[in-house]
Amino acid sequence: MSINITELSVGQDIGSRSITVTRTDLVKYAGASGDFNPIHWNEAFATGVGLPGVIAHGMFTMGAAVQLVTDWAGDPAAVVDFQTRFTKPVPVADTTGTPDAGAVIEVSGAIGALDADAGTARVDLTVLSSAQKVLVKAQAVVRLA
Amino acid sequence: MTINPDLQGRSYPAAEVYDVGREKIREFARAVKATHPAHFDVAAAEALGHSDLVAPPTFAIIVAQRADAQLIEDPDSGIDFSRVVHADQRFTHHRPIIAGDRLVAELHVDGVRAMGGGAMITTRSEIFALASGDATEAAGVREPVATTTSSILVRGEGQ
Repeated sequence: MSINITELSVGQDIGSRSITVTRTDLVKYAGASGDFNPIHWNEAFATGVGLPGVIAHGMFTMGAAVQLVTDWAGDPAAVVDFQTRFTKPVPVADTTGTPDAGAVIEVSGAIGALDADAGTARVDLTVLSSAQKVLVKAQAVVRLA
Repeated sequence: MTINPDLQGRSYPAAEVYDVGREKIREFARAVKATHPAHFDVAAAEALGHSDLVAPPTFAIIVAQRADAQLIEDPDSGIDFSRVVHADQRFTHHRPIIAGDRLVAELHVDGVRAMGGGAMITTRSEIFALASGDATEAAGVREPVATTTSSILVRGEGQ
């Protein structure tokens, strides 16, 4: 690992990225995770339970958002703790058959805390879709030593 | 249907074993749009000191949600899955999940709180790897791998 904790400071930006999401992505995530709740793939079912439409799995958003941290850390195993609250659903429009995204998730990260004794850095993620915070208190603890 | 308040404090013992396969790690990594080579290429994982492919940080949700299913599908729980909303999630990794791991999860219901006509239910899965080798496996030797906690909101009628 090339990151030296002494060279980090609280508030430091670790980067950002945009994640495009389609209905196909949700079907792939359902299959990979085993979460087949129809609110994530069936429009009629989703609206029938009072949702605006098909929404992304919260765990898809959480799992995709942490890739910024994984890539920054250089080793996926360095992420020793990761938590979030799910505050707003991410509706994913049906753009099947077009090259368009059904939703876009914007992720940015900054150092939230440093623990020199433990050799860890906490990365706080800001995760937005349609300018709304969809994850709150999204924090990943990374072991640097 | 109302949530059974006696769920609090209930535990479900480790049930079926989840065998972590390389292709499942690759499939899950692609599904969360992960591109780190340690998820895909054994040599890249080994170069980082791992014995095999490394699972993405949220991979344990597969095992945790299987454990949760024991509670959700328990007719005694009163939970209607179609009214479940995921409220929060945490993963604490005691060590990374690596291809070849044989995992089991113990489920604990840590909290049940009435909210309007529904309820917020907090569960914790303690995930262990079975030690390899017939003798140690038979002896029930297991290593802590991850602790996951999850809160779900079960919406009441009209919520």
